[in-house]
Amino acid sequence: MNNTFSKSFGIAALVVAAFSALPVQAAEKIIRIDGSSTVYPITEAVAEDFQASTKTKVTVGISGTGGGFKKFCRGETDISQASRPILKKEMDACKEAGIQYIELPVAYDGLTVVVNKSNDFVKSISVDELKKMWAPAAQGKVKTWNQVNPAWPNTPLKLFGAGSDSGTFDYFTEAIVGKAKSSRGDYTASEDDNVLVQGVQSDKGALGYFGYAYYEENQDKLRALPIVAKKGATAVEPSVENVKNGTYQPLSRPMFIYVNATSGAFKPEVKAFVDYYLANAPKLVAEVKYIPLPANEYAAVTKHWKALKPGTGFDGVAEVGVKIEELLARIK
Amino acid sequence: MSQQASVLANIQEVRAMIKRHKMHDTIFAIIGLLALMVGLIALLTLFIDLVVDGYQRFNPEFFTNFPSRRAAKAGILSAWVGSVLVMVVTFLAAVPMGVAAGIYLEEYAPKNWLADLIEINVSNLAGVPSIVYGLLALGLFVYTLDLGQSILTAGLTLGLLILPIVIVSTREAIRSIPIAIREAAYAVGATKWQVVFHHVIHYSFGGILTGVIIGMARALGETAPVITIGALTFIAFLPPSPVTDVAPFINFEWLTSGFTVLPIQMFNWLSRPDHAFHINAAATGAIIIVVTLLMNGTAIWLRYKIRKNIKW
Repeated sequence: MNNTFSKSFGIAALVVAAFSALPVQAAEKIIRIDGSSTVYPITEAVAEDFQASTKTKVTVGISGTGGGFKKFCRGETDISQASRPILKKEMDACKEAGIQYIELPVAYDGLTVVVNKSNDFVKSISVDELKKMWAPAAQGKVKTWNQVNPAWPNTPLKLFGAGSDSGTFDYFTEAIVGKAKSSRGDYTASEDDNVLVQGVQSDKGALGYFGYAYYEENQDKLRALPIVAKKGATAVEPSVENVKNGTYQPLSRPMFIYVNATSGAFKPEVKAFVDYYLANAPKLVAEVKYIPLPANEYAAVTKHWKALKPGTGFDGVAEVGVKIEELLARIK
Repeated sequence: MSQQASVLANIQEVRAMIKRHKMHDTIFAIIGLLALMVGLIALLTLFIDLVVDGYQRFNPEFFTNFPSRRAAKAGILSAWVGSVLVMVVTFLAAVPMGVAAGIYLEEYAPKNWLADLIEINVSNLAGVPSIVYGLLALGLFVYTLDLGQSILTAGLTLGLLILPIVIVSTREAIRSIPIAIREAAYAVGATKWQVVFHHVIHYSFGGILTGVIIGMARALGETAPVITIGALTFIAFLPPSPVTDVAPFINFEWLTSGFTVLPIQMFNWLSRPDHAFHINAAATGAIIIVVTLLMNGTAIWLRYKIRKNIKW
């Protein structure tokens, strides 16, 4: 009976069995990197040059900061890119798996608040005003610009921002609302910053935020708002200089790579790659239109790397506005 | 006289009615045509837009370069090789199983509630969102079977995804064979297997092939399940070659290699801040559409050609 079926099934089973019997990972020198798509362009540039000069294979994925840490703490990747510091639960996951990591800031980003080109009534915006717009309490209530500041007209306020899975969202909410992941939900969210650019560009009453690189590339279509950090402070506009010298606050954020430095699993090619990363970061970071750290900070990061001190300077809290040298000094 | 008048009036009434009904015909035809045009024009606009944006990248280097931070130098070599290798695994996984399952369901399965249940489930599977297959594959292939984030995993995942398409189209192709052919074969003493092998599969080959190619074209454009199982974005080397110069001349190492595919490469370029990368994304999109259209066109052509050669 059922001749065709058993025969075909037998063949199919054989095929599957033959595939499954293969060695799962070829023992080859491959450096595996995954994580934030924001940091990705920098890592891609480094990986491209490193691979060309050393012939060591490098692969880079974009699972997002959170997704990257999940893999990292299972030991599946050698390096994790992150647009925010490692969180408590991720630290616990790594600890449980016995994974030690070295936290290295590699570049800055300035989260940029933008409005439509034809918006002529907002000259600058304060953190308090941003909080009024973005706090969870504003949901369904703050709908026009004059509700935020009476000096502004009664124009509908349309908000555009990062999706809740991104490190950008975590950092913005921490810096503005005061608590990570705490935001109103009734805004247009997208993980793709180009969608946000288009949204703000086509709506007169729009306000949005995203990484500085996206603003720089679209300066002709959008206007960035200078930020007033505290009452009485002067408004600081987002620019490479202001981010570098630390005056653009609180929206300047460092971006990191986390290197798996578990003893025994610490491969020499990974060490060579990170050496290369830090040595070439000043040039490559600027080339992919991100903001490099100042020279003294790169020196501090390199020193920290050479000392191979595992741990994080944040202790699971996404702190805002902390200086990199201070951060590194915390790790004993 | 009055009788004549009433006949005339009647005729006029009938004519008016015919005219009205013909008008309904025309109106419906126009609505139908418009509905058809919406789809076609949308696709055409999209395609032309992609070509206009991306045409400057249509040169040999685009196909032979690895991804790069310099948009003008970046190419899709690792992406298209990855796509081709994944498609090979998808084909090998989905076609034997799908065709066998289709033949079994149509020719062998007893017609009872169990067969009905399977039938409903197969049809439902065809409508399951592709991300669900990705999650299933992440749990099953990547973690439980420990196949890693490899070409093999991606091929098997997409194979599962198109399995219902292959099964359904196999069954439809088989169903279109006249019962008289089977009866004639049985009448001259053929066994069931002989009927299936010599006649049913033979005559339904064109239809099965169409289903397979359309399924493959869908798999080619899938992004969500491939991202879920952990496809890479930057990979500037090719998997080990399936053909080697030492005996036994083939190796299967490429199956375990990391990979990226065309839609992921496109997605990545599109989300970059730099507009030069958006041109690359448009070019990649145009290439995916062309390949998909070519595959579907081949399916239609093959079906026509094979049908023509069948003489009952």
